[in-house]
Amino acid sequence: MDNSTASTPEPPDPESAAPPVVDLRHVSIAFDGPPVLDDVSFSVAPAETRILLGPAGVGKSVLLKLINGLLRPDHGAIHLFGQEISCMPEEKLFPLRTRTGMVFQEGALFDSLTVRDNVAYQLIQERVPDEEIDSRVHEALSFVGLEETVSLFPSSLSGGMRRRVAIARAFIRHPELLLYDSPTGGLDPVTCTTIIELIVKERDVHQTPSLLVTHRLQDAFTLCTHRFDTDQGCMVPLPKGQTNPNTSFLMLEEGRLIFDGSLHDLLHSENPFVREFLE
Amino acid sequence: MAIDRIERTAKEIVLTVQEYSLFALRAFQNLYRPPIYWPEFLIQCDIIGVGSLSIVMLSGISTGGVLALQSASTLSAFGATAVTGQFVSLTMIRELGPVLTGVMVSGRNASSMASELGSMVVTEQIDAMRALGVDPSRKLVTPRIFASIAMLFFLTIVADASGILGGGAVTVFMNHQNGTQYFSMAWEHLRYPDIIQGLVKPLFFGYILGSIGCFYGLRTTGGTQGVGRSTIQAVVTASVLIIFVDFLITQLLLAMFS
Repeated sequence: MDNSTASTPEPPDPESAAPPVVDLRHVSIAFDGPPVLDDVSFSVAPAETRILLGPAGVGKSVLLKLINGLLRPDHGAIHLFGQEISCMPEEKLFPLRTRTGMVFQEGALFDSLTVRDNVAYQLIQERVPDEEIDSRVHEALSFVGLEETVSLFPSSLSGGMRRRVAIARAFIRHPELLLYDSPTGGLDPVTCTTIIELIVKERDVHQTPSLLVTHRLQDAFTLCTHRFDTDQGCMVPLPKGQTNPNTSFLMLEEGRLIFDGSLHDLLHSENPFVREFLE
Repeated sequence: MAIDRIERTAKEIVLTVQEYSLFALRAFQNLYRPPIYWPEFLIQCDIIGVGSLSIVMLSGISTGGVLALQSASTLSAFGATAVTGQFVSLTMIRELGPVLTGVMVSGRNASSMASELGSMVVTEQIDAMRALGVDPSRKLVTPRIFASIAMLFFLTIVADASGILGGGAVTVFMNHQNGTQYFSMAWEHLRYPDIIQGLVKPLFFGYILGSIGCFYGLRTTGGTQGVGRSTIQAVVTASVLIIFVDFLITQLLLAMFS
């Protein structure tokens, strides 16, 4: 695996940093056939954003579900917030999952509930008072620019709007880890940029560690080469040659992790698969 | 090759039974562990109970009427048409009321549970629910199973009453027999063991139809085709299980009360 460290800019040193939020060690899983993931190891440090690249069907979504305990590995260990979850009973996983926010590939909104009830789902389950729910839903929907959709049902929203509602649902409790499963998949370029801007905003404003799965190189590079300007209220490019030091890349090929490093390492990787993917 | 296939099928059946047993046990245990979702329970009671009322009444009236017609023609050969009321009421209360209601409600509600939960599985809504820290077993399965049990109990009483009334109507208007005699025979020969038999069965049938509907729904794979497959499996399995379990319970209860 290509695992070199970049000289400029310097990524965070995992050894000296706080304990990782997510830590996978030699994780493998198979479903009635060859392994979907084979001996995958990596970690996500606090405030770090990791972008998981790879072609479709390579096991990226499976990896996210493993991290959230929605699937269990056949081999290996997964630590989430310092706790080993690969053998943890489902009942004990629920409290841990409330500390994470997950954006599913197609949004996975509850189609029988309004946008308000979708975004406030966790708060409603926790029996938070209605006034507080309304104000927090308003805050979350404002964050994604969809305040006017509060009483609509998901079926009346466009694909991009549904994805943004899903992001609002993931953000509402200010999670300690965000997992994005192809948040821009199947969307038009303008909507993709809107969603990437939201992810950059969450990364730079709240410093939430995250793992983002995508096969769109353009989105991955935008994340790495832009920052959120709170004064202007929008995403702006970093000066030429600079990249976000807390954003790094992983790449999967046929279930194996073949790359773990910075944008600089990625662009200069000698791995033929990485080269082919980039080109 | 054939042996391999038999072995594989046998293993799949054993695995399914094992998974279903654990699933049904967990759903039952949820009743004693908070949080209990009472609003969902009441919503399901409305869907299953109120929603099934008309089909249960109609099928009860028809079955009671058919029983009265058939029994009168057979009993007349022995000059015993006077016991038509007893025959209809005992058959409805002990056997046909619970089984008919179980099969009718499983056709309507086990299918709806399987398709609803199956659609949620294929659109990742179940995974989203789990990712949001909510247990689908507590939130979706337990309320459906216990609403099925509670409502099937009352629907069976409705089916029994409808059947006896339907039998009475046929006896009076088509067989031109005495209505008072019909209803007094239906009432006087009824014993507590008969009523207990008739009211114990829907508790089991409700559990079967609720748990099977949810089990197949949550096991759905393969997109919209998979939802259709799960729905068929749920209805067929629930109906067959209801009839089979009815045989076992009847034997057990008859042995207990004899």
